[in-house]
Formats: sequence, structure tokens, C-alpha cells
Amino acid sequence: MAESQQHLQAAVLQIADDHLILGHRLSEWCGHAPMLEEDLSMPNMALDLIGQARHLYAYAAVLEGKGRSEDDLAYLRTDREYTNCLMVERGNTDFAHTMLKQLYFAAFMKPFWSFVENSSDSTLSSIAGKAVKEISYHIRHCGEWVIRLGDGTDESAQRMQQAVDALHPYTEELFWCDDHRQACIDDGVLPAEHVVRPQWQTTINAVFDQARLSTPEVTFPLLGGREGKHTEEFGFLLAELQYMQRAYPGAQW
Amino acid sequence: MVDSLQTARQIAESVPDPELPFLTVQDLGILRDVKVECGMIVALVAPTYSGCPAVSVIEQAVQQALMDAGFEARVERVLTPPWSTEWITPVGRQKLLDNGIAPPQSGSNDDNAFFAVREVQCPFCSSIKTEKISEFGSTPCKAQYRCNGCREPFDHFKCH
Repeated sequence: MAESQQHLQAAVLQIADDHLILGHRLSEWCGHAPMLEEDLSMPNMALDLIGQARHLYAYAAVLEGKGRSEDDLAYLRTDREYTNCLMVERGNTDFAHTMLKQLYFAAFMKPFWSFVENSSDSTLSSIAGKAVKEISYHIRHCGEWVIRLGDGTDESAQRMQQAVDALHPYTEELFWCDDHRQACIDDGVLPAEHVVRPQWQTTINAVFDQARLSTPEVTFPLLGGREGKHTEEFGFLLAELQYMQRAYPGAQW
Repeated sequence: MVDSLQTARQIAESVPDPELPFLTVQDLGILRDVKVECGMIVALVAPTYSGCPAVSVIEQAVQQALMDAGFEARVERVLTPPWSTEWITPVGRQKLLDNGIAPPQSGSNDDNAFFAVREVQCPFCSSIKTEKISEFGSTPCKAQYRCNGCREPFDHFKCH
């Protein structure tokens, strides 16, 4: 595998892992939402993320060229081999945490996919062409909830602010750039931080202003996922995610 | 082979969507091409929503329909150019309307089509006094609306 292809494969795998793990976390809400409309919307958004993950894993498998399938990449790696950012694996905690986590991620992916849609890699640009529209719905839906809860009752405002305080230190890892990512940026396939961050910040500021939320000063960004160092919760998530393939190797629908 | 290709194309075109069975893959604009490769019929199908579970069901249905008609056939998934609701044909839009589903607005590749407040017309009484109940509906492609004219709830096929 050529060096540039190796970098691209690793970078695509990072994004695929973000989508699978966030989608899986969100799917845990299925049947537990506070209202029927949310019980429809959260699994629908989870489906979008997992669908995007499938396209990304399929592409990563092709780039790798070792005969592994999208399923092998999703289900048969160990925790240290997953390179998702830490934020996406954090537990759902409450509805405020969940909506905020989705918003942080969607607000990042929107400018990310907008760039990739016009990039030189035709497979990624096609995946981006669909994902950018799907993620736009996520921003609107989750943004509306963050505003409603942040600018809501004393209780909801307090819990929304707690979610911001807890999750904001994880957002720095969205912009993580290692050698793989940098090579893809240099090739014009993925966007550089300066392309994505201002738009992410604008979206978050617009929502937080209306939601009357304040952004905490982050002195110690929480990082590690991109290097395979995960939180304790991640092991429990993987145990459930991989159960079927571990217990019944090769099982198919 | 030209005649049989024509037949194969007609068979592939008429395969219905599993969740919107009054629409064919042709109406949805996801059948990109039908061609012959080494004596085998190859149908090129574009996926709709990234996470739509109907995508693989549609692919299997197209292949099965072709095989049932005696063709050696396979289906190839094509991502480029990406499908959007712009690909739904005028016939498809009319069928949606006839079945009580408000079709997506055209111009759906434009960000404004998503987020500007647009009027969604009631498929039953054509009133534009409608309101959104839920951004997400029974399938990934639909939102739920209610008509304040005739009071009927209805699905709206979202822009994609």
C-alpha cells in the first residue's frame, strides 16, 4: 500500500469509528426517549450515523486491501485499535448530555463534509454529498433542544450547563491532527483545522447565545481516543457492540 | 442481446420500493443504469439515505426480479453522483401526493431548501396551513406534519 493510501486509510478509519460509536451510543435511547417524537428522532439520527459509518468502513477496507470487510473493521478489532475521539464514547448520562454531544459533533461534521464534498477523492466526496444533508438535520434538531433546555426551567438550564461543563473539554479532540490526517490535508482530501473550526465555533456560539449557556475555559483538553487510549465506559460499549460476532463468529442475517 | 437488455431494463425499472411500494426504483431515480457485462446483466443502483435499511432490500429485490425472469444478474452499488431527492421523477412526485405523502420541494441541493421556512402543502386538501409535528418520522426519509385546514396528519418526504 502506497504511503499516501496508508494515511488515507487510517484517517478514514478514525472518522468511521467516530460515526459508529456515536451512532451506537445514540441507539441506546431507542425505547427510552422522554417522548414519542424523540423515540423516532434519536434512532433515526443513529441510523444516519451508522449508515455513514458503513460507507466509510467499506472504503477503509478497500484502501487497506487485505480482504477485510466493513463488518470485520466494525466488529473484530480490539479497544486499542479503535481511534474514535473520546467524546463520542461518553455515556448518555441524561437527555441534555446526549443532545449536546450530538450538536458538538454535527456542528463539526457539517463544515468537514462540505469541504470533502468538493475534494479530489470521488468516493469520499460522494459519501460527503449525502452526509452533509443528513447532518444538517441533526444540527437543527439538537440545536433546538439545547436552546429549549438551556433557556428553559431552572432545572433544565442547570442540567444543560452541567452537560456543557462536562463535555466541552472533549471537543478539542475533534480537531486532532496526526501524521495521517495531515497527509490527507496536504493532499486536499480532508479539511485543515482553520477551515472547520471557525464554522464550528459560529454554530456553537449561535446556539449557546440563545440557550444562555456559557462556555467553560478549557485548561486541560481531554484527549487519547485517536491514539487508542479510551475511557472505561468504552469497554462496556464494545462488549455489547461486538457480542454477536464474538459469540457466533461469522454470524450473518 | 439488445432486446433482452430492453426487457431486463423494464424488469429492473418496475421493482417497487419496500417501504413506499407504490413507487418503483425508476420513480425514485435510484436505478442509474442497466447494462450487459460478459453476458451478465448488471443493474447499477444508487443508495438513498446513508442509513436507510431499505437500500440492501432494494438491491436484493432488483437482483431477484432479474433472476426470476431468467437473467444471470448482479447489482452494483454506485455512490457517484450521490442521490438526492432531486432524482425523484415528476411521476414519482405525483404518486407520493396521490398516496398522501407531501413530496420534497425541488431545489433540494440548496441549503435554503432545508432550512428556510417553506410551505408544505397538505396532500389531502392542498391547504398550506400546515405545521411540523416531528422532524423525524416512520422512515429516515420522512417528517410528520399536520394540516390545520382539514386536520389530517400526513407524512412529508424530506429534502435530501
